[in-house]
Amino acid sequence: MSLASKERTLARGLVAPALLWTLAFFVVPFLAMLALSFAHMEGRKIVQGFDPGNYLRAFTDWSQLKALINSVEITLTVTVISVVLAWPLAAIIAWRVPQRFQRLALLLAVLPFWTSYVVRSYSWLLVLGKNGVINQALMGLGVVAEPLALASSRTATVIGFVHFFVMLLTLTIYANLVQLSPNYARAAQDLGAGRFATFAHVILPLTLPGVITGAFVTFVLCIGDYITPQILGGNTELTLPQLIMLQMGRSGNFPMASALSVILMAVVSLAYAGCSRWLRLDRI
Amino acid sequence: MRILSWVYLCLAYAFVLLPVVVLVVFSFQDGRLPVPPFQGFSLQWYEKILSDTGLMTALWHSALVAFVSSAVALVLGFLAAHALARVRLPGSVVLRGVLIAPMTVSYLIIALGLLTLFNQTGIKLSLWTAGIGHVVINLPLCFAMAYAAMGDHQKTAERAARDLGASEAQVLWLISAPMLAPALAAAFFLSVTFSWDEFIIAFLLTRFDVTLPVEIWSMLRSGLSPATNAVGSLVFLVSITAVVMAEVFVFRRAK
Repeated sequence: MSLASKERTLARGLVAPALLWTLAFFVVPFLAMLALSFAHMEGRKIVQGFDPGNYLRAFTDWSQLKALINSVEITLTVTVISVVLAWPLAAIIAWRVPQRFQRLALLLAVLPFWTSYVVRSYSWLLVLGKNGVINQALMGLGVVAEPLALASSRTATVIGFVHFFVMLLTLTIYANLVQLSPNYARAAQDLGAGRFATFAHVILPLTLPGVITGAFVTFVLCIGDYITPQILGGNTELTLPQLIMLQMGRSGNFPMASALSVILMAVVSLAYAGCSRWLRLDRI
Repeated sequence: MRILSWVYLCLAYAFVLLPVVVLVVFSFQDGRLPVPPFQGFSLQWYEKILSDTGLMTALWHSALVAFVSSAVALVLGFLAAHALARVRLPGSVVLRGVLIAPMTVSYLIIALGLLTLFNQTGIKLSLWTAGIGHVVINLPLCFAMAYAAMGDHQKTAERAARDLGASEAQVLWLISAPMLAPALAAAFFLSVTFSWDEFIIAFLLTRFDVTLPVEIWSMLRSGLSPATNAVGSLVFLVSITAVVMAEVFVFRRAK
């Protein structure tokens, strides 16, 4: 056996455990789920077969379709608001805060990352709830007479999400900004661009790859999250992950839950296709 | 413009830190509800949760699953990265794609797929079925970080060791792993934090022996309580300590 082929055999042996694990516990389960999504329920029994009924129902039954629409709307709102809030924050830390305090400023801006994800949503309940900090403060100041219904609403879900993703995006955009050489801005200004033109035509486009990568990650994590809408949104407006859990838990309808999951994956793939030319996932 | 920047910075910090401050302050509440007014300082809720056996068992389960699943993910990821970075196999690109793929899929879907598989094959749910799920989500991370850290001087050193008669296991253990130590430590640390805080996979794939996030979730069902604040504050304290230690011992040395 030649050295090269011996090396290849060895390499195959080293890749094999990771590959087998991924095949057995990721690819096979996904295929099983895909197969199950074409099954249907008879009473409480799952009947295997090739029945596209679950998919038809997902797009024609309003209660199911509404969850998909809610999810997409909430996710897009969250992504846009988070980017718009995080960009200036990252820029201020990168350009205004003195160099030796930047690491500290960044650490402080993402401090709540380090508490548990479930607890973070819960703590927004303490802030937004009926007896929460905001309502008590507003009533104490005499701004409102009755507590505002802030929790258990789409607004609360969006606030909870934005809180998390502003932190995430501040990190990715900051990483992008500090890599930017100041020469670009200088060159633009030497060539006669004003401050605004420099920003709009030079700085902003240069940070676009970082922004889009961060926005894509936000989109993926946000649309697949069950915890935040479940704790903060209440049960008035379901999102897709909530509906999936409901189908599984209450009615034991695994085929429907599987079909909805496949649709969720398809939405993420569409988002990926939409921004793949700017994505730099290897740079996260 | 300058003043506007500082105002924005302060507002942003207020927004980001508000829930955490409220969480920690009202974990010391001397009363039944973790909302204003603050009725006085008390450690009763910390006493309560520290003597809660269900909670402490869940804490131990979380730590166990986090360390074991991260170790498995790290070993599998490192071996695969070592092989793929060194030898050009037919289909290398596809292989890399398959190994990275779980990163782009929601945890909920990974959990649902595994649940389907375990149901169909009759595997009973336990702490270890959740551990399997955590390896699935952390393997791509460990693989990608190890792969990215492998450079040319790594390959040169490995080749030198092999020329001098080192066996393949010796090369892995004595040359590659120590050279990649900072990246491997970072991957392990990140994996532990992801697994430690992961909810949906642990929720769907465990039955009786639950992890901490699942236990906290069931605490939420009984409504607002300073006990939940106290648990949250403790988790926060533990994580901050871990981050500071990692910063001081692992990342500083790496520079």
